[in-house]
Amino acid sequence: MSYWQLQLTAFLTIVRKEIRRFTRIWIQTITPPAVNALLYMLIFGGLIGSRIREVNGVAYMDFLVPGIIMMGIITNSYGNVVSSFFGSKLQKYVEELLVSPVSNATILAGYVTGGVARGIAVGSIVSLVALFFIDLKPVYPMATLCIAVLTSVMFSLGGLINAVYAKTFDECSIVPNFVLAPLTYLGGIFYSIDMLPPIAQKLSLFNPVLYMINGFRYGILGVSDIPLWQSFAVVFAFIAILGTIAMVLLNRGVGIKT
Amino acid sequence: MTALCIKNLVKTYDNDVHALRGINLDVNEGDFFALLGPNGAGKSTAIGIISSLVNKTSGTVTVFGHDLDTDIVGVKSCIGLVPQEFNFNGFEPIFNTITNVAGYNGIPPREARKRAEHYLKRLDLWDKRRSTGRELSGGMKRRLMIARALVHEPKMLILDEPTAGVDIEIRRSMWEYLTEINSENGTSIILTTHYLEEAESLCRNVAIIDRGEIIENGSVADLLSQAMQETFILNLYEPVTEAPTIEPFKVRLCSEPNQLEVDVPKGHSVSDMFQALQSKGVVVGSLRNKSNRLEEFFLRLVNQSNKDSQ
Ligand SMILES: Nc1ncnc2c1ncn2[C@@H]1O[C@H](COP(=O)(O)OP(=O)(O)O)[C@@H](O)[C@H]1O
Ligand SMILES: [Mg+2]
Repeated sequence: MSYWQLQLTAFLTIVRKEIRRFTRIWIQTITPPAVNALLYMLIFGGLIGSRIREVNGVAYMDFLVPGIIMMGIITNSYGNVVSSFFGSKLQKYVEELLVSPVSNATILAGYVTGGVARGIAVGSIVSLVALFFIDLKPVYPMATLCIAVLTSVMFSLGGLINAVYAKTFDECSIVPNFVLAPLTYLGGIFYSIDMLPPIAQKLSLFNPVLYMINGFRYGILGVSDIPLWQSFAVVFAFIAILGTIAMVLLNRGVGIKT
Repeated sequence: MTALCIKNLVKTYDNDVHALRGINLDVNEGDFFALLGPNGAGKSTAIGIISSLVNKTSGTVTVFGHDLDTDIVGVKSCIGLVPQEFNFNGFEPIFNTITNVAGYNGIPPREARKRAEHYLKRLDLWDKRRSTGRELSGGMKRRLMIARALVHEPKMLILDEPTAGVDIEIRRSMWEYLTEINSENGTSIILTTHYLEEAESLCRNVAIIDRGEIIENGSVADLLSQAMQETFILNLYEPVTEAPTIEPFKVRLCSEPNQLEVDVPKGHSVSDMFQALQSKGVVVGSLRNKSNRLEEFFLRLVNQSNKDSQ
């Protein structure tokens, strides 16, 4: 067995295990985001949206849906990796990986792919829900898919870094609740930044989530506050930074070795 | 071939605890080896370093010729670890626990399932394959970890206190499994324990570790007989040129010509020894006791085991 064969088998094992984990507890992992999305679409899109004129030249419901899908992808990619990796630390079965000849890059790739699988699964289900409200035909399908997957990779990396540092379950929910949620809600899911006062518009440009949501919206609707290349640039930059941090942490054994 | 070679291994934890103060250790291929020492001696730390769970401070570790610093994949492929504390996913069917770890070792799914079946049967856990880890009894959990450690068929099995806190019956059956694994496949086995009895009845060689240092190292039989005797230094009226033979006592010459060193096994009296010497024409003027650190060590171990079983 060559080194690369070993790593590939190990990678597929981690991915299978990760997918099995979130599908086994699908009531906790897949249904809540679908219900959430349904409520957002009913209340904001249906009830309130019907009284809002067009945004960026499209009906409010059409404008809203890409953001809601993206919110599901972001939260669930992050949440999947943070809870799975933290669980493996808490019950110590991360040691199964540490004593095996699996490289840290393989571990990282495996967990991130698991997070992407969950993110894309949730994104797809939310998209199905959206079909009750709108006709969902992406204008640029490849760009849509790429942004979705890359964003999912980025937040999966974030979830892993969070899990490495976390010592309690509380520490797994601080970032999602106090950093991720505000950034997502202020990242242009519900509004176009054109609607904001100039200062808030400028500030919004520092919010990375804005670029992903707008990139995704561009893929689906062909309208966006942000040029598409900027969306890709931001998400690639974050993947590079977070990926490097995650590798350094794993190589040093932070939080998992003494 | 040397299965394990440790040189000047040092571990100082972040809180400045000196868990290992430069230990040296050699274990031969096929050996059944005990690392014996009381709680806090540094056993788990040593095992943790060998199996990549703990970062060493300095020193070298070589496993079947693979250096931990330069060929960690080689080292890990040779080792199966059964840690002191349970470390499996308690919410996963145990069959999956085994196939996952097989996968982490590069064993493809079909073969992984075959091996899982083989080792679960071997450890009498096949009936429980669909149960989750937390549903197993204590002894079964320990066996699950043994099956998991064997699934990639390592050359060396390391067990950290495999029988601590388990009742005597389970302990005996565990000993049987381990003896079988060692004799059938020639798998080298290293186990840590603070039960003297376990090292005595199970292992061929033993290293004794205390406060982060290896204080003795050798065959179990030798060390035990050393502990089971008292050694005296005798001052003689007249110098001797050769040590007299007086069974069952062992007599050695000292650097001083008018001194002898004598081992008196437990159960034999000092006056018997005097008489035996006298019959050889050796007259003792005075004597003093040579301190026996092994004996002192074993006494502490036994005290701890007694406390344990209360
Ligand atoms: N993670 C750790 N951080 C700090 N000190 C530790 C840690 N693990 C063990 N120690 C200390 O190192 C010493 C050796 O512990 P250990 O190797 O667990 O001994 P044993 O397994 O022989 O009982 C003890 O004093 C213990 O308190
Ligand atoms: Mg220990």
